[in-house]
Amino acid sequence: VSEHGKPGQGVGARVPRKEDARHLHGRGQFVSDMILPGQREVAFLRSPVAHARLAGVRKPAGSPDSVFVRTDMPEIKAIVAPSTLPNFKISEQHPLAHGKVRFVGEPIAMCVGKTRAEAEDLAEQVQVDFEELPALVDAYGSKNNSSVLVHEEWPDNLFLTLSLDNGFDEMSKKADVVVKREIQLSRQAMVPMEGKVALAYWDDRANQLILYASTQTPHIVRVGISRFLGIPEEQVRVISPDVGGGFGYKCIVQPEELCVCWLALRYRRPFRYIEDRREHLVAGANSRQHHYTLTAYASDKGRLLALDAQVTIDGGAYSNWPFTIGLEPGQATGNLPGPYDFRGYRVRTHCVATNKPGFMPYRGVARTGVCFAMELMIDAIARAVGRDPYEVRLENLVRPDQMPYDNVAKKHYDSGDYPRALRMAMEKLDYPKWRERQKRGEPDGRLIGIGFASYCEQSAHGTSVFAAWGLPMIPGYDQATVKIVPGGGVEVRIGVHSHGQGMETTMAQLVHEVLGVEVARVQVVHGDTGTTPFSTGTYASRSIVMSGGAVVNACKALLPRLRKIGSFLLKTDEADVRTEKGSVAGPSGSVSYADIAEAWYLRPERLPLDVDRAGLEASVAFKPARDTGAFSYASHAMALAVDTETGQVEILDYVVVEDCGTLVNPMVVEGQALGGIAQGIGTALYEEQQYDANGQPSSSTFADYLIPGPTEIPDIRIFHLETPSPYTELGIKGMGEGGAIAPPAVIFNAVNNALTPFGVEVNETPLTPEKLLSALEKAKEQETPKREAA
Amino acid sequence: MKPASFDYVRAKDVADAVKQLVSMPGDARPLAGGQSLGPMLNLRLARPKLLVDLCRIESLKAISNEGDAWRIGASVTHAQLEDRPLAGCEPIAQVARSIAYRSVRNRGTIGGSLAHADPAADWPLALSTLDSKVVIAGKAGQREIAAEQLMRSAFDAGLAEDEIIESIRVPKLSSGSAWGYYKFCRKTGEFPDAAAAVLLDPERRVARVFAGALDRPPQPLPAVARALAEGGAEAATPDLVGAAIDRAAPGLGPAARKLRATAVQRAIRNSLS
Repeated sequence: VSEHGKPGQGVGARVPRKEDARHLHGRGQFVSDMILPGQREVAFLRSPVAHARLAGVRKPAGSPDSVFVRTDMPEIKAIVAPSTLPNFKISEQHPLAHGKVRFVGEPIAMCVGKTRAEAEDLAEQVQVDFEELPALVDAYGSKNNSSVLVHEEWPDNLFLTLSLDNGFDEMSKKADVVVKREIQLSRQAMVPMEGKVALAYWDDRANQLILYASTQTPHIVRVGISRFLGIPEEQVRVISPDVGGGFGYKCIVQPEELCVCWLALRYRRPFRYIEDRREHLVAGANSRQHHYTLTAYASDKGRLLALDAQVTIDGGAYSNWPFTIGLEPGQATGNLPGPYDFRGYRVRTHCVATNKPGFMPYRGVARTGVCFAMELMIDAIARAVGRDPYEVRLENLVRPDQMPYDNVAKKHYDSGDYPRALRMAMEKLDYPKWRERQKRGEPDGRLIGIGFASYCEQSAHGTSVFAAWGLPMIPGYDQATVKIVPGGGVEVRIGVHSHGQGMETTMAQLVHEVLGVEVARVQVVHGDTGTTPFSTGTYASRSIVMSGGAVVNACKALLPRLRKIGSFLLKTDEADVRTEKGSVAGPSGSVSYADIAEAWYLRPERLPLDVDRAGLEASVAFKPARDTGAFSYASHAMALAVDTETGQVEILDYVVVEDCGTLVNPMVVEGQALGGIAQGIGTALYEEQQYDANGQPSSSTFADYLIPGPTEIPDIRIFHLETPSPYTELGIKGMGEGGAIAPPAVIFNAVNNALTPFGVEVNETPLTPEKLLSALEKAKEQETPKREAA
Repeated sequence: MKPASFDYVRAKDVADAVKQLVSMPGDARPLAGGQSLGPMLNLRLARPKLLVDLCRIESLKAISNEGDAWRIGASVTHAQLEDRPLAGCEPIAQVARSIAYRSVRNRGTIGGSLAHADPAADWPLALSTLDSKVVIAGKAGQREIAAEQLMRSAFDAGLAEDEIIESIRVPKLSSGSAWGYYKFCRKTGEFPDAAAAVLLDPERRVARVFAGALDRPPQPLPAVARALAEGGAEAATPDLVGAAIDRAAPGLGPAARKLRATAVQRAIRNSLS
């Protein structure tokens, strides 16, 4: 990790995170830590079969107030998450299964006990008669099957199909080489440390339903609870305390939240549900699964001219609210071209309904898949034309003189020097050294592989982008409230939620940058609809751009008011004072914000008569000048060793050169990159939920569902470039997802580089030792090694 | 998941443990370190009505030097074995150190591991290769069985409902002996996908090679052992090892077969260094 950073506490400084102390001491406050008087615990009976009609559900005797099925809760509306994308088909997800179950793990009955064990005892006694239906587990099969339907009111199993053709025929004609590949990613769970949780009760004094939930988007959950439960929004308060990882799993309204809220409304006492790991792995395996058939058309030098793509996304059973199932195919279609400059693109993206948990947006949203597909293609093109993949990649990247650049799918890349990041990654890795070592051979017989991957990451995309997808929720302005409190400290209220992003620190740094107040004196309040202004929440790498922009502007709004009171206290002209380091200074001296706040709140006789009555508190709404997104980008480079006797891969060096515009806190940026890369390594090498022909998932514990641990994550060296976005406040770009985007691509490219002598190419995540060995054994049967490493 | 309800008793001694187990035939289970049984209880895959905790029985926690062997009480934890090298039985500490994570080793016991009979676990493979004996107590008294005979099939240690493992007797190795152990884990601390152990002790005329982490108990590879004893490492050719794997675990796919052969070859290699 670099020492990149500016001195002080403002923008660019490596300020240690304020939130670390409580987490390192085990003093965080998670919903699972909370116990309210009279609280009851909730467990769900979940479907053991993937696809069946519910012929009958029988509750145990004497359980009218402890076991509930769908028909007991008519007050809850089904979750319907439409999109205005063409041909989008609407799914109806009931909070408890209604008529049919559509995936293993779908909740059928809700059971309540004094303890979770008691609630589980009850769940075991519920008897369900299933009329089993054939399970649709393969998106390809499901796409063409019209006799078995996930949603019987549909004519087929397609959630939607997106098509785009921009200059394909014209450009593909010019190609010297044509390269075709099939590439796919496994289905994954997101595996936050903390799963879903909901603790709800009715507060008589406040006349409100209080929901403690582990969510990235408390304000949006409030909207959803109000709509689906049919109670006025002002009577709902959603509090999201410490959250043990979101990653997209917690940016939707969960059926379990609706159920627990319904209990609280009906029985007027606290009810709590905590998702356990088994439930998460079985009912929450809902991301990453894409299949690509790609044909690239390139010059004999490897210059990409056109791309033909068929993308199939295994959408699972339901469209989630509010992001909908349309988000993933939308992002895949638009982002597949990646950071490359080419002008012919034809794509058809199918999102198919299957008997699996409904697809949800996971850190990187589609871009991990498209980056994997595109980067493997760039290397395949390089091999086809007999050139170095690094050189071919470099020559295809969008150049800085082309910025801003509208890509072939009409994404607007705002700024950056993509080739520079790749060149720097190559230099930092010391590519020639690894090529030399590769040629020399390892004493232990392992094969060295070197890989590169480049991507750009749309961050903080706003109204125009989401409106085009027609989601039930379109982000607009984010609001922030900044208030100087008596004593001169600052309270910042933001509608987004921080759960690992370090915003309690970085927002304070933004305040310090404008107002000069010490970071330690800035209190960042978030995660409570009762105390924060509205925001659609934390997702799409948007918070530091959107809420951060609002915080900066709110701080700026306070400056003239501070100067006004300050100059009056200094008995000098307003034009002669300036703000610095938490005070207003003039020719004759300075007054601290504490003095100014004292005057405003407690000693009004000291105030000028024409004081700004808005006082020392400002609420400001913000969105960037152009809301098509600020594009961060990075190149990852690595060297690894492949053990051809075991199929094991060991990462020997991993370099990242990233550019997320103006860095607010390099250490936080590096932390975000590291966490994302760890997840990306999981995607590349470990994580997979497999399904048998009946739709039964193979993994229900961490014994079967492998995630990387500390010893599987190598030292990662991160370097920064800083190209400010022309559209955002201070030129900041979002970057929360980027780390998770490139690892599968760079790892597979390095492995394929190592395996070149065997003529073996791998293109399906995760790369298990079994898969690698199988490919090698198969190649050995066919022929002996034919050429040297490229 | 939370366990279904059960009763719990802490056994005072081995006789008390046996008595408690007999008191509820079929519904009582001994609890050792709980590192496998605990998750099985939580997942409700194991649903005993009574748990008989063995961890406070003093006699099961002893480690004693018996001259030509070490006797290890069944409730000795992996961590204790990791931390206390046994002269003449150095492989024990080495194997203990490689089991799962330290937090598992702090609680998991050697006897519990043998009784759980996971074919991928370290102790069944290592103790079989070391030609250890297992002492079992039950209502009919004690019996002794070779470690390699203990596991009947995956997750079946052949223990009657009234029986618990009391101790394990590990013969000491000669100074000129060679020990090689290798396991292939996809990540640190996981159960291995392939494992093998090699013991060459010419002074005692012992040559043993076992393959572990199969779908069955650890399997002896006598042809490989014989070749090693007679011709050294070069005699254990890839073809010989491959054929031995085919006999020990027929029907493996090419990748699985290759991985298991690699494990044997690397255990041999480790025995040389």
